[in-house]
Amino acid sequence: MNQDVVKPHGRKRLQTGSAGMFERQSSRRSFLRQIGLVGLSLAATPAWSEEIARLSLASGPRDRPITNDFPQKRNMILQRIRPPLLETPFEVFDRGVFTPNEHFYVRWHWAVIPNSVDAGTFRLSVRGRVNNILSLSLKDIVDDLPRVELVAVNQCSGNSRGYFLPRVPGGQWAHGAMGNAKWTGVRLKDVLDRAGVKAGAVQVRFNGLDEPVVPDAPDFMKSLDIDHARDGEVMIAFAMNGEQLPLLNGFPLRLIVPGWYSTYWIKMLSDIEVLDKPDDNYWMTQAYTIPDTPYANITPGQTGVKMVPISRMVPRSFITNIVDGATVPSGVRVAARGIAFGGDTGVVKVDFSSDGGKSWQSAKLGADYGKYSFRQWETDFMLADKGAHSLMVRCTNVANVVQPNVPNWNYGAFMRNVIETTPVTAA
Amino acid sequence: MLKKILTIGLLTGVTLSSTLAWSQQLPELKSVNVDLPAGDIQFPGGAAADAINNNCLACHSADMVLNQPGLPRAEWEAEVRKMINVYRAPIDDADVASIVAYLAKNKGVDKAGQ
Repeated sequence: MNQDVVKPHGRKRLQTGSAGMFERQSSRRSFLRQIGLVGLSLAATPAWSEEIARLSLASGPRDRPITNDFPQKRNMILQRIRPPLLETPFEVFDRGVFTPNEHFYVRWHWAVIPNSVDAGTFRLSVRGRVNNILSLSLKDIVDDLPRVELVAVNQCSGNSRGYFLPRVPGGQWAHGAMGNAKWTGVRLKDVLDRAGVKAGAVQVRFNGLDEPVVPDAPDFMKSLDIDHARDGEVMIAFAMNGEQLPLLNGFPLRLIVPGWYSTYWIKMLSDIEVLDKPDDNYWMTQAYTIPDTPYANITPGQTGVKMVPISRMVPRSFITNIVDGATVPSGVRVAARGIAFGGDTGVVKVDFSSDGGKSWQSAKLGADYGKYSFRQWETDFMLADKGAHSLMVRCTNVANVVQPNVPNWNYGAFMRNVIETTPVTAA
Repeated sequence: MLKKILTIGLLTGVTLSSTLAWSQQLPELKSVNVDLPAGDIQFPGGAAADAINNNCLACHSADMVLNQPGLPRAEWEAEVRKMINVYRAPIDDADVASIVAYLAKNKGVDKAGQ
């Protein structure tokens, strides 16, 4: 293996003070350096895998193959082959504010996923408590309804589950089960208005083309309250970053629920049902529920807690140009940059600390692509003393919600948003 | 009809002007036909893995399990019961003990490392 590729983050790359704001390196070499190449082979890591990502999870197994075996996807961290769980390598978030479609993370619940969708015959049905049952073609949706665009973060409820302690079973994601894209489509409200929602409607349920392997297993469906569904922001997207959606991200249509966790963003959306009573299906009442406590936080083992469906996202922020365990030069100013998002509203402030949170400095914010988007930030710092240091970044959103100092814990390992720490060594 | 291009929320003027041009260039949606990897690699371990191989690979590939952290036996048993009771995995009762034993041995709390 090429020694240069295995070498950890070099000091040369960190001294980029004169580079343009948010300039990105995207060479293959820097990608490999960021994910960290190792030569170990694992039970879950097939011998044919050429590259391995070592994730900084709370405990092992930490190694995952880098895969190019999935359609319309490139260099993804393989968490599970079937149904696919593909994680975005964190290096991607350093390259730009939008997450490219080919690197956008993938998460499916059931293994029966259509591997072909005919754009001519596909139909979206709208039914239930409506005046007119609709069966809309893609042409109907693209050509006959007002077009809207929105930049929004899509984040898995369990993003960063691999950092929970005690460990929690489930997809063992690092921080890459999220992405930011420009979504193009139509407002859900306009579709519902065309169908004519009847009095007495309370929720709207969404279903996609995927199905359970076992027929009587619970089909994956999610619901929103009728007022939320008609708020003019929830949309049905037919494009993502200016292109049709990759099949694994939900081609041809995906529900976009800005500011809410991705569990609601139904892929391959094919059925909309207006309900006259609250949805009691498993995926609303049992799965994806969180403790009704601040930060969805409880003590491990705690019982008797009121559980509620997960909903709005909370602020998070990350350093993207310095990886865990990196060596940085002491006594000179070093550039730090990254991304932040406010959750269900915009970013108002990003603070950076190079002394483990004892003191904080304001970072400079990048372009504003709207309140649901990633926001890039950058700053610089100097470590006077050689040795171990902790870098931290903290986001405050427009509603004055700040990332907490201590990690949350719950049985689903959902909603992590603690201030993340990047340990580095100054040399 | 004339396509209306609207923006939602706080999109800035700069974003709007750039997206206007972009929207007009949006290509027509094209049918998609792809292949997905089978994910049929077996759990290692020979005969001790027979029960888990015979019962668990219909719904998910083995890597989902192998990538889990080490967990206490009781948690593995709860996971297997959840697969049966909630996700309707058709697992023979006679095989449950073998599956749990395999998980406790290979993915137990003392197997948390690599």
